[in-house]
Amino acid sequence: MRNTFIKALECIAGNDPRVVLLTGDLGYGVLNSFAETFPSRYFNMGISEQIMTSAAAGMALEGNVVFTYSIGNFNTLRCMEQIRNDICYHNANVKIVSVGGGFSYGQLGMSHHSTEDIAMMRELPHMRVYVPADPEEAVAALHDAMRHPGPCYFRIAKNGEPKLSEKGADYDISKIHPLRSGSDVCILGCGPLLNQALKAAEYLEERNISAGICSVPCVKPLDVETLEKIAQQYRMLVTVEEHQKAGGLGGAIAEVVSGLNNNAPLLRLGLQDVFTSIVGSHDYLCDKYELSARYIADAIASRMT
Amino acid sequence: MTSEDLAWRIRCHAIDMVHNAHASHIAAALSAADILAVLYTNVMRVDPQDPDMPERDRFIMSKGHAGVAVYALLAEVGFFPVSELERYYTDGSVYSGHVSHRGVPGVEFSTGSLGHGAAVACGMAMAAKMAGRTHRVFTLVGDGECNEGSIWEMALVAQQNKLDNFTVIVDCNAMQAMGSCRDVMNMEPFADKWRSFGWQTIEVADGNNHEQLREAFSTLSDGKPKCILAKTKKGKGISFMENNLIWHYRDPQGDDYLRAVEELEAAKP
Repeated sequence: MRNTFIKALECIAGNDPRVVLLTGDLGYGVLNSFAETFPSRYFNMGISEQIMTSAAAGMALEGNVVFTYSIGNFNTLRCMEQIRNDICYHNANVKIVSVGGGFSYGQLGMSHHSTEDIAMMRELPHMRVYVPADPEEAVAALHDAMRHPGPCYFRIAKNGEPKLSEKGADYDISKIHPLRSGSDVCILGCGPLLNQALKAAEYLEERNISAGICSVPCVKPLDVETLEKIAQQYRMLVTVEEHQKAGGLGGAIAEVVSGLNNNAPLLRLGLQDVFTSIVGSHDYLCDKYELSARYIADAIASRMT
Repeated sequence: MTSEDLAWRIRCHAIDMVHNAHASHIAAALSAADILAVLYTNVMRVDPQDPDMPERDRFIMSKGHAGVAVYALLAEVGFFPVSELERYYTDGSVYSGHVSHRGVPGVEFSTGSLGHGAAVACGMAMAAKMAGRTHRVFTLVGDGECNEGSIWEMALVAQQNKLDNFTVIVDCNAMQAMGSCRDVMNMEPFADKWRSFGWQTIEVADGNNHEQLREAFSTLSDGKPKCILAKTKKGKGISFMENNLIWHYRDPQGDDYLRAVEELEAAKP
């Protein structure tokens, strides 16, 4: 997903001289082509996310579309106040690209697990938040962001995510998208964890529970219209995300459905207010923290019965 | 209007504004008044009738807590009516204690949390270079503000990108919130730090002296970003406020206010 996203950015930059890319000294082997093609619009700002973020705001206010690139929590939590005051308050046209959401950097440890970013970013006024699940969603998110001047956040995965669905010509990234139809329960997810949700639906089928799956790549602004329909259509809603249970996609959806009449109950699956103190592969950590397909299926089945 | 006239008017408004509003930070505004006045009278290219003129020089007040001085400055220069200053700190007003751009013509950028404005200004200077534009970018930071790590991140990026269109002025009033800079967080040798970070560094012995400031601003660039260390007096212009930490917090009332007004009247240029 990461490489596809950066390649798409390079295409956009070829047609749009406003596009500038800043990195916090990360992206070895990823940003080389952009840097060589657009040397005057590429800056390695050093290992210093605060100045990268503030300078991005300054450049954006001068008419540029500025992308900040880093991994994990470095260009989000590290410079949260710069994002709030310098970018968001000024509605600066800065696009924050963080590679390796959730457990993508599984073996590198908790410093590199970004598990609070969605909550932090979506809390900020003016910010749009994209959590794509496959490379096509990532590219669609990028094009959508270019149509919306102002702050955007992209949580980009990097482990060779497979294509989850066919996207037609009228595909709209800002909408909730069905990946699988069902009739009892609807699982809403964002990011590559949707793969686990799809498998979970198969396990549930064996237990005679019909699960629909939806991708919610645009966590903010949320597609409230579709969500309201879903909330009336199913007996239960479930959210899955590689993120703390509080404040992320589950939190965003809870905020909407709690205001509806006769809405389906909501089960939120995510990290249970814990830090990840062990390491492992992406799949291993998803399982360890009870977000793998079998845990998702079990959690749903036990709530349904 | 001469820069001396302008600085005096900034001080008069600032004293009245904090008196009426019971606002803090008057001493920080008084130390910076001369730098602001010289910038807007003799150095920068701005047009109050056209605040967004593309070729304008940019200024960001990084020490946003001295906002009262910026509002007084911009009103006197003509960005908005002087009568607007009465709204400072009042219910529903856009004139906040820390500088905010929304609804205030002439304010380039909102600040208040230290170590932000100078870094944004650095980005603006980079953008000007990128676009091949010739306007310059100025920012005023506090010496206490230089405790912030982001200032030194900015210092590195500016020298790396050879931003000779960028000037940082440090209002070296030698005091910060809880005491003297030297006692709280000694940054000496301060000028050496800026030089070693790759900046053309100019020390101004009296940063409240307009001639000395003008000379510093007119020093020819040597291709590096420029840092002007202006040794000012905190509370400058009101005898009992000078170098007295309490006036970072207190607002002049009663006899203090009358005395401040008297002293300013006597100092009218």
